[in-house]
Amino acid sequence: MKRPPVLARAVARSLVPFGGSRAAALIPQARLSGPMPWVIAIMVALTTIAAAGGLALSNLAQTARGDLSGAATVQIVEPLKVERDRQARAAEAALAELPDVASIRVVPETELDAILEPWLGAGADGGDAVPVPALIDVELRGPATDARLAALRGALRGIAPAARVDAQSTWLAPVFAAIRSLQYLALALVVLLALTSSAAVLLAARSALGGNRGTIEIVHLLGGTDAQIARIFQRSIAFDALVGGAVGLALGLGAIVVLGRQFAALGSGMVAGGGLGPLDWLLIAAIPLAGVGIAMLTARLTVMGALRKML
Amino acid sequence: MTGEGGDIVNFDNVGLRYGADREVLSDVSFTLHPGGFYFLTGASGAGKTSMLKLLYLAQRPSRGVIRMFGTDVITLPRDRLPLFRRRLGVVFQDFRLVPHLSAFDNVALPLRVSGVRESELRKPVTEMLDWVGLSHRLDARPATLSGGEQQRVAIARAVIGRPDMLVADEPTGNVDPEMALKLLRLFEALNRLGTTVVVATHDVHLLRKVPDSLIMRLDKGRLSDPTGALRYPPRREARQIDDSRTLGDVFR
Repeated sequence: MKRPPVLARAVARSLVPFGGSRAAALIPQARLSGPMPWVIAIMVALTTIAAAGGLALSNLAQTARGDLSGAATVQIVEPLKVERDRQARAAEAALAELPDVASIRVVPETELDAILEPWLGAGADGGDAVPVPALIDVELRGPATDARLAALRGALRGIAPAARVDAQSTWLAPVFAAIRSLQYLALALVVLLALTSSAAVLLAARSALGGNRGTIEIVHLLGGTDAQIARIFQRSIAFDALVGGAVGLALGLGAIVVLGRQFAALGSGMVAGGGLGPLDWLLIAAIPLAGVGIAMLTARLTVMGALRKML
Repeated sequence: MTGEGGDIVNFDNVGLRYGADREVLSDVSFTLHPGGFYFLTGASGAGKTSMLKLLYLAQRPSRGVIRMFGTDVITLPRDRLPLFRRRLGVVFQDFRLVPHLSAFDNVALPLRVSGVRESELRKPVTEMLDWVGLSHRLDARPATLSGGEQQRVAIARAVIGRPDMLVADEPTGNVDPEMALKLLRLFEALNRLGTTVVVATHDVHLLRKVPDSLIMRLDKGRLSDPTGALRYPPRREARQIDDSRTLGDVFR
């Protein structure tokens, strides 16, 4: 009878890692044929759009706040034009003396007429038929705090009793509140999409576990550790997530570019402040990587949880 | 590494029940020596498979103590069990080959799990498959192999790492008498290298072919041990395991 093989004691007695393509081959690699990569692609695309929206809104609010933080408006609300003009001139002179005031601009009547023309028609302010307040734009050296606004009011109290002083940011407070709500909405969407992605990965990992239970039991009984077995699934799901993430990012970026061009075409000064900076693009580019990380973590926790039920 | 007295396995009043059913194993006590060759027999339903599950650490008992290589494996944290499983070789009755892996990859699996490098496993795996007559089926998937061929792959996988203990459930059930004898000789050769062998079988002819073997007979979940020789086996010098020897060296 033929002699048996030269069989040396080969089994390593340490919990060495078991990974790589050989380990991955233990479960059938139905790559890109299942729904996982496409589910992740859709999730990443939506997350990219939501995140870009949130970041754009954040930039917009920040720019607008920066522009308006030191701006105040003085209105001379006086029905008689002669008196209104006199108080406006006196106010301009008094404000120029204040150390906190950086610049002053009396808004010309022609400009006010142009602003009101769509509502009141041409030449509506030709006389005092519709008394329109005189407006003075004041740029302060610092934010328009209550103390600075009080100082302006104090300076005008005697010489322009019809003057009303407001921080310009006050007018836009409802807009800022709406922007903040939209930012929270974008953040909530990103979190919800991450949770949904995790749920999809969890279902995929459970399905893969169920379909490969026999193989897992064998590897387990041959001395495979939970971490070794989990790594096999992590690798498979990471590949799907990486491909899905790349496709999703491309879709999301396409949508962002199209939307960005449409908003840029509006020509509005406020919207122009909502552009994305280099750090924003870096964050957006990191979304698929975060997706891969979430997918791998979810797969690992799912598989480890299931394996703990075995001896 | 073996137990205090050099024992491989020690069962002490072990009982096993599934759920609320009656015990499938009751008051089972025995000791397996290093280098011992044991046949586990009994009628269908006697508890052989349950006993084997306890031996290859797929099941914890409902009561009693099981010590393996000197360690109480019942209270051992489960994350330490893989190291013990790597010292065992198991031939399952239903083979349990990984369906989408080739014969080569199935046999290489225990070595890969244990961290053996690819460059080091090709030769022993190829030779082992050659030994069981499957050198021409290295790349064949289990589904394309006959029952006997699958069984030989399963046996090759169980012995490839030269385990400290080999547990085999009806390992010759699907092969012809000539191959059965050949596989038994393989087990004996492993046994001579120091591997403790436990073979569950219905085949009474097989029992006679290993003269030094001990027979463990299960009857309705109880181990028949009228002389106490299984529970308190006579002391004999433990066989020294020489890692430098190979199967080829001991095979005569």
